[in-house]
Amino acid sequence: MKLKPFLLAGAASFAILPAAIAQEAAELPPCENCSDSMTIMSWGGAYQTSQQKAYTEPYAEATGISVTWDESSNEATAKMRAAAEAGNMPYDLVDVEGPDSQRLCDEGLAMEVDHDELLAPGNDGSTPTEDFGDAIINECFIPQIVFSTTFGYRTDIEEWEGREPESVCAIFDTEQFPGKRGLEQRVKKNLEWALLCDGVSKDELYDVLETEEGVERALAKLDTIKDDVIWWSAGAETPQLLADGEIVMGSTYNGRLFSVIAEQDQPVDMLWDWQVFDYDGWVIPADLPEERLNRVKHFVRWATDTQRLGDQAKYIAYGPARASSQPLVSTHAELGIEMGPHMPTNPENMGNYLVNDFIWWADNQDDLETRFQAWLAN
Amino acid sequence: MTDVTDATTARRGPTPDDALRVADSRREPMLAADGTPLKRSLARALRREKLRALMLIAPLLLFILVTFIAPIADMLFRSVENQIVSDTLPRTTRALADWDGQDLPPEDAFAAMAYDLTEAAELKVHTRLGSRLNYEAPGISSLFRKSGRGTGDAGEALGEQFVTLDPAWENPMVWAELMAPPDWLEARAAHYADGGEPEGLPAFKLRDEADTILPETASVYGGFARITQFEDGDDPAEEDPWSPIYLALHRDLAADPPLGDWSGPHADLLAAAAEAAPAMETVPLVQQFEEIDEDWLDPDVWATIKTFSPPYTPGYFLNAVDMQQTPDGVELRPETQRIYVTLFLRTLVMSLAITGTCLLLGYPVAWLLANLPSGRANLLMILVLLPFWTSLLVRTSAWKVLLQQQGVINDTLVWIGLIADDKRLTLINNQTGTIIAMTHILLPFMILPLYSVMKTIPPSYLRAAKSLGATDWTAFWRVYFPQSVPGIGAGSILVFILAIGYYITPELVGGTSGVFISNRIAYHISSSLNWGLAAALGSILLFAVLILYWAYDRMVGIDNVKLGG
Repeated sequence: MKLKPFLLAGAASFAILPAAIAQEAAELPPCENCSDSMTIMSWGGAYQTSQQKAYTEPYAEATGISVTWDESSNEATAKMRAAAEAGNMPYDLVDVEGPDSQRLCDEGLAMEVDHDELLAPGNDGSTPTEDFGDAIINECFIPQIVFSTTFGYRTDIEEWEGREPESVCAIFDTEQFPGKRGLEQRVKKNLEWALLCDGVSKDELYDVLETEEGVERALAKLDTIKDDVIWWSAGAETPQLLADGEIVMGSTYNGRLFSVIAEQDQPVDMLWDWQVFDYDGWVIPADLPEERLNRVKHFVRWATDTQRLGDQAKYIAYGPARASSQPLVSTHAELGIEMGPHMPTNPENMGNYLVNDFIWWADNQDDLETRFQAWLAN
Repeated sequence: MTDVTDATTARRGPTPDDALRVADSRREPMLAADGTPLKRSLARALRREKLRALMLIAPLLLFILVTFIAPIADMLFRSVENQIVSDTLPRTTRALADWDGQDLPPEDAFAAMAYDLTEAAELKVHTRLGSRLNYEAPGISSLFRKSGRGTGDAGEALGEQFVTLDPAWENPMVWAELMAPPDWLEARAAHYADGGEPEGLPAFKLRDEADTILPETASVYGGFARITQFEDGDDPAEEDPWSPIYLALHRDLAADPPLGDWSGPHADLLAAAAEAAPAMETVPLVQQFEEIDEDWLDPDVWATIKTFSPPYTPGYFLNAVDMQQTPDGVELRPETQRIYVTLFLRTLVMSLAITGTCLLLGYPVAWLLANLPSGRANLLMILVLLPFWTSLLVRTSAWKVLLQQQGVINDTLVWIGLIADDKRLTLINNQTGTIIAMTHILLPFMILPLYSVMKTIPPSYLRAAKSLGATDWTAFWRVYFPQSVPGIGAGSILVFILAIGYYITPELVGGTSGVFISNRIAYHISSSLNWGLAAALGSILLFAVLILYWAYDRMVGIDNVKLGG
């Protein structure tokens, strides 16, 4: 995961819209007894850039505070635990994926929040709880975006003779679609796709996976393509491998595939079938000093309101976690293309989909991960 | 003037200590110029010198202690530390001590769990314990998360019945008078009379009598009072008691306590409750737990808690060598879950292979460096050092571009016709990739010690050997090579020890067959948060290196290692 900031160093840089800032500043209530700086942990790369453009730059402009970024969200849980044990929490706000927020909440490292009190109501008058809906996955998590893990494939493979994969099961079909595949070197999602393509229905997926036979069945299915897989560990690898022609199809986060397809114009296309949804959002570290906490609350209330979440979609192809922000999704700030069709939440892209069952995975991940790594190693 | 030289000092020259020794051997004390015994005055002078020496190295000593020794000690400690279970579930741990592990534990254990979990949930540590135990038995994490909310309700129905019996039972003040000694109540009253806030109250104490006559109630109420006072900053005598306290009271009363000995207030209230208690409607605790989550009826869950209740556990170390601690003892993990021994062996073998390739490639380069005229040697030196100065990530990524199937090397080989287009070599995402990339990265660590040793071998020795009739090979093998062995030792140890703990390069180019144990350690540190297991794996790696170092010292002798002239 260390590669992320490095490979993306040259990625998108966008222009700020001064007019928009002036308008936003007017909406911002004053912050009383607040610190004048914030340290935010995020993922680096294009995603962090989108947060800077949509949230922190306008906010800093309006309030005059300084924002420091720490690009280490891929090890957020470890860093926060280490900081808490040392008794010195340098972060004011941390961007994490849903499952990590669950772990942080369980460990008591993230603060529990009252969503209706902390967050702004939707512009349609709905309460935050209604507006975010299922995206509020635990007491600590403040949702920002919906992203999905899905497949990209090259469109110029001669051996495919013009066939294009329409189902995710194409990854297991080396007859029709020969070539190397890229899959994540983690157990999650791979087992689900294997079982779905082995004839298990969505409803019984996790019941099957909970049994010993189910796990064996999934691994047996993966065995059929084991020699054809390049296992990745950083989300940036699949786009790179696709662009290099090292793999013919591979899984990764949809926003990264969007960059390859729309921004870099590679002969790659998106396969939305059985995309796996995940949430990404903020958590506030537990036990922050009062001034810093006030500042963070002030920022978060503003940065997760309907307009701001809608703004972020101008810079990256991840869907806002608020229902009321959906109508605000417009065009890409630089390319000018309509972002709607590239959103994982676009109804046309949601023929078949899974939502990451992080509660189930919180219980079973350690065990299955060991199992999976042993399978990979032997 | 006494001659302080004796047999020992003859070899190493006189030192101030010798004077002490000689002074010691005389019967009469020898006096210094100012009249104090020489021994004392010398000792004082020496102490000052030693102190000064210590102060000079103190910054370094402190630095090493804080940044090196302490973290290692902490890591070793973490690999066996397991206090979280007995700290979070003290009553349950005690209640399970005599349980035989068959069937379900006794009702006492369920009650103890209800009390412990209620307290843990109030302190928000039950989920942390759940995560800890989930490493041993999948599913416990969500079991604890779910139950934290549920167990707080245990005893709710009983509470209502007590209150119906006498409304005094829901009065926080009555409870405080029952449970606290008079002096605490007086101190409390005095505190408020002075205009104090609830936060500054004197620490709650339990009445001795309550502890002996109503032990469970006292224990649970004590926990309630402590948390109310110190976590929430409230007054226990003003907050509604938790439901499980009624459960504890009911269980205490059912045990027929000697209420006649009760000398405190509300004796009649207690007597009435004791009389009514047997007639109260109760739901068996097992059933209440089943309603929260039926996993509580699984003896394995309880067995896991019992197995991992001691404050120190060998569990992490056992996991780290593919074994596991079960209620029936230590056993091997199922074959499908064994991975760490494979990885340890792979790490060792591949580190040795990398050391070997570094030596093969580095030796001739170091020889050239040591023997070329200085102008060309300097140029070569820059070529050796240049990659050393380049970012590790850049070099590793460059190897990706070179080695991949559509990469530079494969393209060239296909272009010159050595291999067919559809039979491109797999040079990356496997062990080959790891060995190539790591050899490149670690090569300077082999070349530099070799070079510094070779630089000190006088060229005249080789010339002398040849003038005495040795062939080139004999002169090299019998004369030059033995003198370069200290450099080989130093370079090999350096490269091997660096290789064995390498993490980022195997992660990027190793695929699945070329990753090292350190990649699993990194995973447990940053993703699974199983720091105990990571610490155990790290400790094993540390001991492996120490043992290899010791073996090397025995076989080659560490004095034979030279990093420079």
